[in-house]
Amino acid sequence: MKYQRDPVRIRKVLGDKVQFIQGDMAVAYGGLVAGVSFFGGYPITPASEVAEGMARLLPRVGGTFIQMEDEIGSIAAVIGAAWGGVKAMTATSGPGFSLMMENYGYAIMTETPCVIANVQRTGPSTGQPTLGAQGDMMQVRWGSHGDMEAIALAPSTVQECLDMTIEAINLSERYRHPVCVMTDGEIGHLREKLVIPDEDEIELVERRTPKLPPGEFLPFAPSQIDGSKVPDFAAFGTGYHTYVTGLTHNEKGFPRTDKQPDHERLVMRIIEKITDDRKRFVNIEEVMMDDAEVAFVTYGASARPARSAVMDARKAGIKAGMLRLKTVWPFPRDEIMAVSKKVERIIVPEMNLGQIYHPIREYTDQACEVVMAPKIGGEMHLPHELAEYLGVRT
Amino acid sequence: MSEMIDANEIRRKYLRDGMLPTIFCNGCGHGNAIDYTFWAIEELGINMDDVALASGIGCSSRIPGYINADGLHTTHGRALAFATGIKAANPDMHVIVFTGDGDCTGIGGNHFIHAARRNIDMTVILLNNFIYGMTGGQLAPTAPKGSIATTAPYGNIEQPFNISELATALGAAYVARWPIFYPYQPIKSIKEGIQTPGFALIELMSPCPTAYGRRNKLGEIDQLWAWYEQNTILIEDYEKTMRYGTEEEKAAVKEKFLIGIFQKAEKPGFFEAYDRMVKKLMANDDAKWGGGGAE
Ligand SMILES: Cc1ncc(C[n+]2csc(CCOP(=O)(O)OP(=O)(O)O)c2C)c(N)n1
Ligand code: SF4
Ligand SMILES: [Mg+2]
Repeated sequence: MKYQRDPVRIRKVLGDKVQFIQGDMAVAYGGLVAGVSFFGGYPITPASEVAEGMARLLPRVGGTFIQMEDEIGSIAAVIGAAWGGVKAMTATSGPGFSLMMENYGYAIMTETPCVIANVQRTGPSTGQPTLGAQGDMMQVRWGSHGDMEAIALAPSTVQECLDMTIEAINLSERYRHPVCVMTDGEIGHLREKLVIPDEDEIELVERRTPKLPPGEFLPFAPSQIDGSKVPDFAAFGTGYHTYVTGLTHNEKGFPRTDKQPDHERLVMRIIEKITDDRKRFVNIEEVMMDDAEVAFVTYGASARPARSAVMDARKAGIKAGMLRLKTVWPFPRDEIMAVSKKVERIIVPEMNLGQIYHPIREYTDQACEVVMAPKIGGEMHLPHELAEYLGVRT
Repeated sequence: MSEMIDANEIRRKYLRDGMLPTIFCNGCGHGNAIDYTFWAIEELGINMDDVALASGIGCSSRIPGYINADGLHTTHGRALAFATGIKAANPDMHVIVFTGDGDCTGIGGNHFIHAARRNIDMTVILLNNFIYGMTGGQLAPTAPKGSIATTAPYGNIEQPFNISELATALGAAYVARWPIFYPYQPIKSIKEGIQTPGFALIELMSPCPTAYGRRNKLGEIDQLWAWYEQNTILIEDYEKTMRYGTEEEKAAVKEKFLIGIFQKAEKPGFFEAYDRMVKKLMANDDAKWGGGGAE
């Protein structure tokens, strides 16, 4: 039975409109609302609840949940399902994310729409399984071999786990790219109020299907609808007989592996379809930035104590603000550049040893001071620790 | 002669335009699997719009490129996991996987055992040439003891995989092994595989003269064929010998590769069972809610 999205059934299966619920479950809900009908996953703390939620809910809306044999298989099955024409996603944490890297690259090279939620925990290796971290923020950008762009979103709240999962599905459909929701063990296991959007409160994007018939259709060329760098998508079973390969390929999808221009043309298009359109979807939140002299630039769980610290600093008469990166990749470089010209100092709290700190330094280009505020070991920054960076004396 | 004409027509009908010539060496067995698949599909009267192909990485995994159907040429060893997703999204399509011994049972062994165990609805055509052909002849987990490979220069000391017996033990619905030189049996098995609900494995013993045959002194192509004749035995003949043969005869057949149909079981494939569960859950919800969820 081929899946048909049935918003009424989905809404009924999800239950009450307002719930007190974990971030991981909100990711699963987001997937369901967005019309995900395939989830392949493998248990891993602190992401297992996403798979458990999907196992419970997906069959009831006509979708398919499979617990695969490992994370390599999970992402592989997700990509297969996406070529089968459906919306598909998986969820994991560091060790599983590492295993997914080869097929993440395959999804990028084959322009496959799909979503990976990474509920980050500390590493390297098995690390601290139950504790949150932001240690995979560079892996999502550079973790697969070769040249590529990434799309990664970072939720700070349970509500954003749902909202950003829907957005991730939409972005993956629009750009035909694997999109990552970079949550973490703190947000994943946090319980907060969640409001489930009604059908008229969401907007869903669908990959565009070919305008031209088989024979004239080019599956890996700029769109034949409007010339956009995102090719139109001919799902398996629609009569187009598409050949999909991770090898460097021409616009027909046929392997072309020995000429420099063929590779450069393909990879540049795959990168530029995202970077050209950056302005359209890169999303930031500004907190008290109007007159700020010192600002946090942060994302995800770290933005929570940073927000409190800004409030404390304001009470102490310090002109502090925060720029929160809701989109971490592609990097909001214009927004960072603008801030660097406004403030004297940028402080970068991260639950890693300074990963996003580096691109911030690159794009501020010494226009202001940039200070890292790292914390590892599975504990969030405390608001007063961050307030001290702003000059608040406790 | 009319047979020749038919063969050409078949190729015209099913080959993908613009992909020839194949990458296969002279004497490589892999190309035969393409023809056999064409014949099986032709005889079953399947519409190519309803066929989805998947493969991993290797010479054998290049086959979907030559067949005019949807095809996913994936990463090394992972084809069965990708194919699982394709089938989940499109339960009505015939999913056929082409894979090699290295691809399927070396790097991809875990996906293989689980796809077979779950009885995922797909037909897997595995080209076993005892070697990593594409990368130039490194040791495969299927290489018979004593085989010479570039990474086993002094001869293989490992116990090889017996893929068909493994799949049989895992409960795959259909399992057959044939040398690739016999056209009739592989075509019949591919047909039966496609018709089988659940997991079907057709292991085709395919020579790689370039990376295995030469190094292991199996000789020219005709001698290679003779090697397969001498070293294989039909399951029925094997069983007869084991029952009625002399100790010497028994010892001799024990050294050979069994060929034939290892397993033919009737049981629902994974997605058939899954679909049943979904229908039941939805009916429960509908009863609970009083009327359909759909509007
Ligand atoms: C992850 C990964 N490791 C290694 C390789 C290199 N590689 C390509 S094909 C191959 C072996 C293929 O052997 P087999 O599946 O038996 O196919 P054959 O060429 O013999 O038909 C290897 C090791 C790769 N492409 N990817
Ligand atoms: S290397 Fe071996 S398997 Fe590959 S095409 Fe040549 S003969 Fe066939
Ligand atoms: Mg091989």
